[in-house]
Amino acid sequence: MAIATVPGAGIDVGSQAPAPVDPRRARRNRRLKDNLTGYAFLIGAVICFAFFSWYPMVRGVVMSFQRTRAGETTWVGWDNYERIINDPSFWTAWQNTLYFTVLALVAGYAIPFFLAVLLNEFRHAKGYLRILIYLPVMLPPASALFLFKYLAYDPSDAGLFNSILKGLGLPTSQWMQSTDMTMPAMVLASTWMNMGGAVLIYLASLQNIPGELYEAAELDGAGLWRRITNVTIPQTKLILSLMAMLQVVATMQLFIEPLILANGAGSEDSATSVVYLIYQHGFFQNDLNGAAALGVIMLVALIGFSAVYARLNAQQD
Amino acid sequence: MAHQSETRSLVSFAQLQRGRGKVIYWTLLTVVVIAFTLVFIGPLYWMITGALKSSPELAQTPPTLWPADPQPENYSDAWERLDLAKLLFNTFYYAVGALVFQLVLDTAAAYALSKLRPKLGNLILGMMLATLMIPAMVLIIPQYVTVIDLPILHISLIDSPFSIWLPAVANAFNIFLLKRFFDSIPEDLMSAARMDGAGSMRTLWSIVLPISRPILGVVSIFAVTAVWKDFLWPKLVMPSPETRTISVGIYAFSGGTPQNVVVAAAVIAAIPTIVFFLIFQRSIMSGLTAGGLKE
Repeated sequence: MAIATVPGAGIDVGSQAPAPVDPRRARRNRRLKDNLTGYAFLIGAVICFAFFSWYPMVRGVVMSFQRTRAGETTWVGWDNYERIINDPSFWTAWQNTLYFTVLALVAGYAIPFFLAVLLNEFRHAKGYLRILIYLPVMLPPASALFLFKYLAYDPSDAGLFNSILKGLGLPTSQWMQSTDMTMPAMVLASTWMNMGGAVLIYLASLQNIPGELYEAAELDGAGLWRRITNVTIPQTKLILSLMAMLQVVATMQLFIEPLILANGAGSEDSATSVVYLIYQHGFFQNDLNGAAALGVIMLVALIGFSAVYARLNAQQD
Repeated sequence: MAHQSETRSLVSFAQLQRGRGKVIYWTLLTVVVIAFTLVFIGPLYWMITGALKSSPELAQTPPTLWPADPQPENYSDAWERLDLAKLLFNTFYYAVGALVFQLVLDTAAAYALSKLRPKLGNLILGMMLATLMIPAMVLIIPQYVTVIDLPILHISLIDSPFSIWLPAVANAFNIFLLKRFFDSIPEDLMSAARMDGAGSMRTLWSIVLPISRPILGVVSIFAVTAVWKDFLWPKLVMPSPETRTISVGIYAFSGGTPQNVVVAAAVIAAIPTIVFFLIFQRSIMSGLTAGGLKE
C-alpha cells in the first residue's frame, strides 16, 4: 500500500538510484494506482446501481414495447400503450391522482408553511412541538392508515371523526364509502402522516433569515402581514418552490393510501390512482408489459412537469 | 438552529415581553400546544386504547373515551395470530442489513468520488445523481422483473433479503450527502496521512470516518427508517409468510382478522419506530434539515 515516491525530487537522488526513476512516470504510476483504488472502492455501489437503477430504467422502456406470453417475448410496438390507455380506469386514475395532488398541495403546502412561520415565533415548548409534528412521519404508513381506516373513518357514528362532527352539531360523513369524500379523506390522512418533514425544513430556512431585515421592515412601518409578504416569503422563495415541485412528484406516486384505506379502487373507482393501476396491471392482470408502459407514461409526465416548472421558475428570476 | 434564539424573527422579542404582546403570545402558545397534542398524540392514544376495546365496544355509539372493559388479550392475540415476533425480527433483520450494506458500500463509493477521484468518477457521480430524477414507483415493474431473474447471473432474489439490501445501496441521495461531507475535509489532512505512509483504506478508516460521524449517523437513520416504513417493495419481493415485513404482514392479515386485533398489531408495529425516534430525535431532526430535502 505504501507509496514512497517523493514528488519533485530527482536531481540528488538520480545518481544513487540503480535505475533512475523518472518523476513523471512515478506520478503517472501513482495516478494509475489511485485510479485503480478509486474504482475498487466504487465497484460495490456501481454494481448495485447498475442492477437496480440503471438497468431497470432501460428495461422499463424496452419492456413497454414488448409482450411476454407463456415465456415468449415479442416486439409489439405501441400495443401496450394502446391497451393501457383504453383501460376503462386509465383516465379516472389520472383524474383521481391529479385531484389528490392538487388537494394535497393546498393542504400539505400552505399548512406546513403557516405552521413553520408560527412555530418560529415561539420561544417556549419549541422542542416539544417539533417532536410532536414529526412523530407521524416516523410511523409505518401501514400502521397509521389502519388507524384512520378502522377508527377514524368508520362510517357509522362510532368513528372518531363522525363522533366529533356529531358533538359539534355538524353533519357526519360516510368517509371512504362516499365517492365525494374518498379523496379529501385520503389527503387528510396523507397530510397528517407526511407534513412534519416539510415543517422542519421550512423552520430551518426561516431561521436563516437575518433579523435585520425584519428590523428594517418594521422601521419602515411594515405591519405583520407586510413583513410576511415582503421579507419571509421572498427570503424562503427558493426552498418554497423546490418543495412544491418535490411534493407534486411525491403525491403523484399515490399508492398505499388507496390500497389500505379504499381497498385499492374504492367505491366506483373513486380511489384508483395511476400507481395503483400499474400495480393492478402488473400483478393481478398478468400484464407486466402494460404496467411498464404506464410507468413510462408517468415518467414522461413527471419529468415534463419538472422541466416546465424549473423553466418557469428560472424565467421569473 | 436553536441556539440562535436571540436573533429576532417576524415579531421582535421585546414586543412579546410586555402588555398586549405578552398576552397574545401566551394565549397563542397555549392554544397551539393543546391543539398539537390533540392532533398528534390524540390519534395514537385512540389507537392504543381502541385496540384494548372489545369488538362490540368498538362499534358502540358514541365511542368510549376509555375502554370500559379493557382487553389486553387483543394484543397477545395479535402477537400470536400474526406471528408478530417473526415479522418484527424479519423487519429488523432487513433494516440492519440494509444499514450495513449502505454504510460500507456507499461510504466507500463517496470516498472514492470525493478523495480518490478516478478518471470516470464525475461521469459515475452524474449517472448516480440522475437517478434522483426518477420517481421510485415508476421503476417498480422493471425492478421487480430484474429481481426475479437477475441479468447475467440468472438467479432470483425473491424471498432473499438481498432483494432489499442491494437496491438500498443504489441510493444516490446517501452518496451525495456523504460525498459533500467528505469534500469538506481539508486536503492537507489527507496529504499529511499519505506522507506518513497511510494507504487509501487506512486514511478512510482512521481519518475520514472518525470526522464523519455526524453524517454517518444521518445516513444510518435514513437507512433504518426507510426499510421500516417501506411497503410496496417488500410486499413484492418478500411474498412468503415467513419472510414478510411487519407492515406487509399486517396488511396481509387485515382481511380476515377482527379490527381491534389489526389495530393492536398496528400499534405493536409502530412502537419500535416511536422508541427509535425518541432516542435519536435530535439527530433525526437536525439530519433532516442539514441533509437538505428528502421526503
